[in-house]
Amino acid sequence: MTPAIELVGIDKSFGSVHAVRGVSLAIEKGAITGIVGENGAGKSTLMSILYGLYHADAGEIRVDGQPVRMESPHDAIARGIGMVHQHFMLIDTFTVLENLVLGAEGGPLLAGGLAAARAELARLSRDYGLTVDPDAKIADLSVGEQQRVEILKVLFRGARILILDEPSAVLTPQETDQLFRILATLRQRGVTIVLITHKLREIVAATDRVYVMRQGQVVAERRTAETDAEELAELMVGRKVRLQLDKAAAHRGEVRLKAERLRLVDGRGVVLLDDIDLELRAGEIVGIAGVSGNGQTELLQVLAGIRPPSSGTLTVCGRTIDARHPGDPAEMREIGVAHVPEDRLRQGMVAAFRASETAILGYHEQPPFSRNYLLRGPAVGAHCAKLMERFDVRPRVPGLRSSSFSGGNQQKLVLAREMARDPKVLLVGQPTRGVDIGAIEFIHRELVKSRDAGCAVLVVSVELDEILSLADRILVMFAGRIVGEVESGRADERTLGLMMAGAKAA
Amino acid sequence: MDDPFALLFLTAAATLRVATPLILCAMGGLFSERSGIIDVGLEGKMLMAAFFAAAVAAATNSAWWGVAAGIAAAEVMALLHGLACITYRGNQVVSGVAINIIAAGLTIVWGNAWFQRGGQTPALEGDARLMSLFFPRAGDNILVYVALLAVPLTWWIIARTRFGLRLRAVGEMPLAVDTAGISVSWLRYRAVLLCGLLTGLAGAYIAVAQNAGFSRDMTAGQGFIALAAVIFGKWRPFPALGACLIFGLLDAVAIRLQGVRMPGIGEVPVQLIQALPYLLTVFLLAGFIGRAVAPKAIGVPYEKEH
Amino acid sequence: MKAARRPLPVWADIILLPLVNVALAFVTVGIIVRVIGVNPFHALNLLIAGAVGSPESIGYTLYYATNFIFTGLAVAVAFHGGLFNIGGEGQAYLGGLGCGLAILALDRYLPAWAMIPIAIAAAALFGAAWAAVPAWLQAWRGSHIVITTIMFNFVAAALMVYLMVNVLIAPGSMTPQSRNFEPSSSLPAMTGSALNLSLALALGCCVAVWIFLWHTPWGYALRTMGHNPEAAVYAGTNLRHMTMLAMCLSGALAGFVGVNELMGVHHRIVLDFPAGYGFAGIAVALMGRNHPLGIVVAALLFGALQQGGAELAFEIPTITREMVVVIQGLVILFSGALVQLPRPWLQGLFAFRRPS
Repeated sequence: MTPAIELVGIDKSFGSVHAVRGVSLAIEKGAITGIVGENGAGKSTLMSILYGLYHADAGEIRVDGQPVRMESPHDAIARGIGMVHQHFMLIDTFTVLENLVLGAEGGPLLAGGLAAARAELARLSRDYGLTVDPDAKIADLSVGEQQRVEILKVLFRGARILILDEPSAVLTPQETDQLFRILATLRQRGVTIVLITHKLREIVAATDRVYVMRQGQVVAERRTAETDAEELAELMVGRKVRLQLDKAAAHRGEVRLKAERLRLVDGRGVVLLDDIDLELRAGEIVGIAGVSGNGQTELLQVLAGIRPPSSGTLTVCGRTIDARHPGDPAEMREIGVAHVPEDRLRQGMVAAFRASETAILGYHEQPPFSRNYLLRGPAVGAHCAKLMERFDVRPRVPGLRSSSFSGGNQQKLVLAREMARDPKVLLVGQPTRGVDIGAIEFIHRELVKSRDAGCAVLVVSVELDEILSLADRILVMFAGRIVGEVESGRADERTLGLMMAGAKAA
Repeated sequence: MDDPFALLFLTAAATLRVATPLILCAMGGLFSERSGIIDVGLEGKMLMAAFFAAAVAAATNSAWWGVAAGIAAAEVMALLHGLACITYRGNQVVSGVAINIIAAGLTIVWGNAWFQRGGQTPALEGDARLMSLFFPRAGDNILVYVALLAVPLTWWIIARTRFGLRLRAVGEMPLAVDTAGISVSWLRYRAVLLCGLLTGLAGAYIAVAQNAGFSRDMTAGQGFIALAAVIFGKWRPFPALGACLIFGLLDAVAIRLQGVRMPGIGEVPVQLIQALPYLLTVFLLAGFIGRAVAPKAIGVPYEKEH
Repeated sequence: MKAARRPLPVWADIILLPLVNVALAFVTVGIIVRVIGVNPFHALNLLIAGAVGSPESIGYTLYYATNFIFTGLAVAVAFHGGLFNIGGEGQAYLGGLGCGLAILALDRYLPAWAMIPIAIAAAALFGAAWAAVPAWLQAWRGSHIVITTIMFNFVAAALMVYLMVNVLIAPGSMTPQSRNFEPSSSLPAMTGSALNLSLALALGCCVAVWIFLWHTPWGYALRTMGHNPEAAVYAGTNLRHMTMLAMCLSGALAGFVGVNELMGVHHRIVLDFPAGYGFAGIAVALMGRNHPLGIVVAALLFGALQQGGAELAFEIPTITREMVVVIQGLVILFSGALVQLPRPWLQGLFAFRRPS
């Protein structure tokens, strides 16, 4: 049977980055094909080429056996290919219906098109179980609902081939299950599905076939039934992966950080943190698990002094912070709190700065970097070189622009900066997001070393595996509350997953 | 001060006379800004249009050829702006500023070269000028009615057509429009061209209808007031119309108020009234009188491949 | 637009591209000049001769350049903080008002060595204050600074007209200008041209800005905010305070135009002295890539253009001073808005040279 899609010899470079190297693959009709790989493996770029968002430097695309030129998404849509992006392409101020018809209005006047869309939306909702209020503004919908709108958009245009790019990244496990049920229904109706993900569990559970990509190339192809997560992981990284970290038991010391009844309510009255109580001791790693968007980001912001709580108290190394005495990041650093932010590119570093400048971010007003109101260049440079040495950041060029470093090296630099001052408390958000496997192991080892040296470490991560491997104690956050606390030895994924979805409180 | 109705009528007429170019410019600016392109160059386009309208009207002794020429001139400047902002992804504010400066200079340079009157065009009379339609003393020529019609038309285009939906989308999130297979550039170019059309009409009105010819810098900042009206009207047609009328009223009564003592305040300086549109806009932006939220993607050139 | 953003070598980006932009502007002007019936090369010769042909011309060129340096620095400092300050015109105006008021109040009582620094400080203060309001509105109320600064230019103009006509006008004067300043407020000037000591102030400001931006912790924090506000917050910077600081410095720099004009040349408060320097400052900053060194070079170019253009208008009757305005506008267009236009040609040039 002719494959729905064939990619032959696709090649694409962005400047000096060779994102896709001579990739050839075939997508079977009416099946779910997975493309798995780490961050930066080239999966998203490849699919963007298929969808006409980028133009390949070389290679051919065939749809139903016919070679085609994808000049723009217009061509892809015309051929029945629809893409559900990781970052939703939805206009916040428009309604669901308006987002749906954008690009397929059915005529120069809107009235007819909107009416027709309303009817079609009702039909799609019935057939595929994708329910959503047509007149709701996107800004008022939940993330899961917004994703449903994205899928509906694609089906609305008559797509028979669906590409989903990391669809479960922002969903709870329950919403993810729902999503995959929908995908199964679609497959039953003969829709071809391509699933891009880095989550092995999803590949194993949902796909018929899987391609493994690594560093821009397809390194393997398997029938899902004939492989398992471990083999796929090995193919993804190219060597046997240690999913467990060797670490000794924790030697807990004094309480360094204590949060009591922390509450954070935003301007609209939405409760972001709901009576959080937690304690962090010297010499332990506490892991906060939870699906992204349940208050972890806000918790880190409050603990790091970036945002004051609406009520409740936070005591850190003797300093008390509450709504009337807000902390500030500079002060937190002074009392020994270090913070590795969740989104390093947006918060933890400045891409345009040289590495040496990034290496003093947050510490730029302190000696030895600053004396007599002037920045001391040599001191700054020397400091950066030292950090790069200690954390094996490559290339060892302090004068190089921060954006030129790979994700893993950037993260190592940020971590090195924060750990350089032997902090009493280390707050880390998503420590290995976008980081390659080798750097992941290094970072995990450094965190444990820090713990063993007496630091109180708090790790927030959406990767449950990481929490399980790093933490001595695991707290689960859901909807702004701590819904469960488990000693790591007694934790199991299923229970934690249910807690993360708010289905169970321990 | 004898007949209150006559006074009211005259004031209303004066307001409309002054507000007409503001309304036309504002509608033009609205199309541009809703699509995400900041347009500080409304003034320059209007000035260019005024000059060419007056020059061609004088040469052909026909007001309508003048209007056509005015529109054409404004469109050329609009295309230039579009080229800089859309195709070459340049700084939109700088482009607008440059267009204003170029227009201010070129209109005089060409005016001198062709008419040798120090920048002025010959006075227009008879067929070369647009005269009042219904009320001889009110100055209600056809372009005034065109301006008033332009507002509901603009609203209808933006709210009820496919083009309008896509226009609004591209001003909020061009990426979404791009991935829907619609050309961001073409949409924005059309918005910019519509802006040119409307500012062209505004300029033509000033030279061929409201006055009888072109004189240097005759737009006198009205393009900026129109921009203020767009913002004051929160980027929506009918509120922008309201703002234009308010600003027009202020201008119309500014001269009347000179020398008049208001109770408790004393004499109101004419400069204060002149500054009022700008001050009011600042107050609005400061949130002291409601909130104004700009189209989300405004001012940011769209780059396809990151 | 499919052109991939293959980066040009750094020197090409900083030096070659701006040169090509300016060249394009001149070619366009040449065409317009030809249409009017003048030989473009003859005009160019006159322009250059007018700009640097005699010590007095050079003096004038430098005098104009001084203003462009001030406004260019003003835009650049704000830009490094991520803020687009279009209010240079108004801030220059208020700066002039500030130093003028100080002089009118004190010039009869103070010697030059006290009067001049006080007047300069007043110019900075008033310029900073005029920028502080839009800055406060942006930082505390979220009002878009581009729009508020544009509006404030007009308010400044209206304010100055009111003050000059009603309050500060010299008794018995027909034109709106203040009484003449006492000599204690005059900056030493070159005979035969308008060049005065403010040039030294301008160059001093260049050095100060350079030190501030790249060699102090506040400059570091400012640049962080400009690149990435979230990172600045993370680093402990108060964004609101930093916005105020950036804009106040920017306004103060623009305000120094008043020092050049009123203390160096006119020796009284007059209207309309900002004369477009504020807007041109945007182009100067862009061309100079927001770096003091680049700004000086760009300012010299604009100064030469202004002076040469004035001479040109004098020599050739058909080319009026408005032509100079057009030239300026085109230079602003090509080096500020159409910056990327020559890029494909340059990329082609470099791809050709480097076999890859």
